Amino acid sequence: MRKLHLYLLAFILCLAGLGLAYYKAAVIGLPLTASEEAQVWNIEARISFRAKPDSAIKVTLPLPFNPAGYSILDEDFVSADYGLAIEQDNTGRVARWAKRRAQGKQLLFYRAVLFENEEVAPKSDAAPVYPKPPEYPENLAPVIQGVLDKARQQSADTISFTQRVIEQLNAAASIPELKLLVKHVSRTRNLAKTLSWVLAGARIPSRVIRGLRLQDDKDYADLEHFLQVYDGEQWRTLNIKDGQEGLPSNFIIWQIDDDRSFSIEGASESGIQYSVARTLQETVNIAGFRSAEKGSHLMDFSLYSLPVHTQNVYKVLLMVPLGALVVVFMRNIIGIRTFGTFMPILIALAFRETELFWGLILFSLIVGLGLLLRAYVEQLKLLLVPRLAAVLTMVVLLMAGVSVIMHKLGFEMGLSVALFPMVIMTMTIERMSLTWEEAGPAEAFKQVSGSLLVAVIGYLAMNISEFQYMFFVFPELLLVLLAVILLLGRYSGYRLMELWRFRAFARNKP
Amino acid sequence: MFGFLEKLRQSGVVGMNQRNADFILRYNKRSLYPLVDDKLRTKYLATASGIAVPELYGVIEIQHDVASFPDIVKDHEDFVIKPAHGSGGNGICVITGRLNNRYRQSNGDLLTEEDIEYHVSNILSGLYSLGGQPDQALIEYRVKFDPLFETVSYRGVPDIRTIVFRGIPVACMVRLPTRMSDGKANLHQGAVGAGIDLMTGRTTHAIWQNYPIEQHPDTGATISGLAIPHWYKLLTLAAQCHDLVGLGYLGVDVVLDRELGPLVLELNARPGLSIQIANRRGMSRLLEKIAKLEEIPAAAADRATLGQELFLENQT
Repeated sequence: MRKLHLYLLAFILCLAGLGLAYYKAAVIGLPLTASEEAQVWNIEARISFRAKPDSAIKVTLPLPFNPAGYSILDEDFVSADYGLAIEQDNTGRVARWAKRRAQGKQLLFYRAVLFENEEVAPKSDAAPVYPKPPEYPENLAPVIQGVLDKARQQSADTISFTQRVIEQLNAAASIPELKLLVKHVSRTRNLAKTLSWVLAGARIPSRVIRGLRLQDDKDYADLEHFLQVYDGEQWRTLNIKDGQEGLPSNFIIWQIDDDRSFSIEGASESGIQYSVARTLQETVNIAGFRSAEKGSHLMDFSLYSLPVHTQNVYKVLLMVPLGALVVVFMRNIIGIRTFGTFMPILIALAFRETELFWGLILFSLIVGLGLLLRAYVEQLKLLLVPRLAAVLTMVVLLMAGVSVIMHKLGFEMGLSVALFPMVIMTMTIERMSLTWEEAGPAEAFKQVSGSLLVAVIGYLAMNISEFQYMFFVFPELLLVLLAVILLLGRYSGYRLMELWRFRAFARNKP
Repeated sequence: MFGFLEKLRQSGVVGMNQRNADFILRYNKRSLYPLVDDKLRTKYLATASGIAVPELYGVIEIQHDVASFPDIVKDHEDFVIKPAHGSGGNGICVITGRLNNRYRQSNGDLLTEEDIEYHVSNILSGLYSLGGQPDQALIEYRVKFDPLFETVSYRGVPDIRTIVFRGIPVACMVRLPTRMSDGKANLHQGAVGAGIDLMTGRTTHAIWQNYPIEQHPDTGATISGLAIPHWYKLLTLAAQCHDLVGLGYLGVDVVLDRELGPLVLELNARPGLSIQIANRRGMSRLLEKIAKLEEIPAAAADRATLGQELFLENQT
């Protein structure tokens, strides 16, 4: 009866766990392995400058604003103690950093993670108003008129007209009549704006777009400019250098017709650098983003809805039951003796940070030194709790000492000794020295090596990245694990070590 | 290996998992554990129902009372100090005599009063208790064991372990201390275990460190064939202990005092499995047979007889 109950419960748990996982994988489409990755772009704008003494600092940086064909997965600002405001309106988005006083070299960062997303269509634009010809300065008006006339003669439509204008302006330096215009261009340092300004003379609607070519491992000093002209039906993009139509592939549009550009007040030696890098990211991150974007609540109740820091904590915590299963298996099926029931798991968790080899070395070092000190304290005949406290204090000091010495010797892994659970180490030392006294060193070593063996196996099991991924994306699989543990809980057969223990029975038939 | 597994199963050896799942979890109610885990309570219970136990000289319960230790033992040349919640024979200190101001321990060491008081302090702070909780130290009569065992023990006191299932004695063995076990009677610490024929009360086979042996490793005397005196009385005593605490699966440790006869030393709610090796006989068939019994005699003596009958049946 009791067995039936247990089997039924285990069956239901398995069914619930596997069913939910199947639903999430098949219907919702969560990838089954972490290897399913998508390409994402990391863009970083690095602003450096030297603050002028006694002047307030204001930094303005335009930000990408709903770029067509891309979605911003994540963005963050690294700006220490600067005040940060993000302004957004119809034309675009800018970040404004401000600080009343600063000294020396300053660094500000903006980082964005983008992924290609065809579903984000370019905004359909309303037909623009045809611009009035601007009032050109008296000395420039005839020159510009000449450029426009020449272009008109050599073109058939808006596009070719614009292309002719672009050609002329790019070649301006070698044409004597255009010297004045060139001067004007170099003063404004902005060819695209000038083009737009010139084109307005022919009442052609145009606008400037700025953005970055996404190429792996590239640095840019500035955003790239393109000119868009309205041909009566749609906006068409032209290269301002050679007049070629169309945007390069992998181009992210940062700003459209937005005059605000990067600027700094109250600083010298300012500079900005845009870096682009391509990385891979788990599809599941993007899936979550997508489902949220589509207004689905599917990922709202997953662990991915937690803050990233908490997520990382759970990535570790969800592996602990697997470690517990290892302990159950090693103790009840194999029959290995350990110090404390779950001490090996805690040691295994520490191994995650220290890595196995160093973990074992550091563990042996601390426990070995601890045993020596414990043997010394033994002579003082202290009561139990003060003695434990004394050993704990010494363990902490040992850990600090090991960290410092290892650091000096250049073994950086020595620093991670601080991640060992010191109370567990103390109890291990205490119990080991008691076992040593009562059952001899052989038994003490047997138990400590048993504990380490279980810790190592637990570590190896908990470090299988497929399991880590599966348990994090499908935490309901823990129900299956629970079912296995429950079933093992009623295992009443022999332990592997008992075959050895009862070996005398093998020799003589009963 | 699988052939061996089959052999083990056929010989009816109970493994640790089966003991825990089928017998301890099922027949031993958790609430009854304190009765046996606390040796002081066991002692009071036993005394109240007229079961013979080693006489209690005194109890030290708090650190402050450690100072009263010389007072407790002033009338006794020899005595035993043990933790009330100890397990596996840990923390037991046997004093066999005195020399000037010092106490002679069973292994020959001389201890100062300070040494002993430190030991008592350790007991009180829970060093030897199961969960590490604060403990009490018992100071009691040192058993002068029966001369029968003189030749087959090395210091320490041999005791007789009986497994009592549902009040019926199932298996017995005598545990003989060796030099290796440091006077303790626990098999895993190096004591010799010798199986006992339940009908005759004679020792049969012996094991040491899981190996069958014929002679005691330290004294060289033959172990098998020793007839234990008061055998039936001893079996009845073990059966009685079931009524005392109500645990279905119980280990009873009895010592034979040369003057006082069988004395119950302690009871155990989780008795070990080595008794099967000492007897070269698995217990599982016997235990399963008893588990199926619908009626069990009320009188302890009848249960002892039933145990002997079942033992005989199981032999063939």
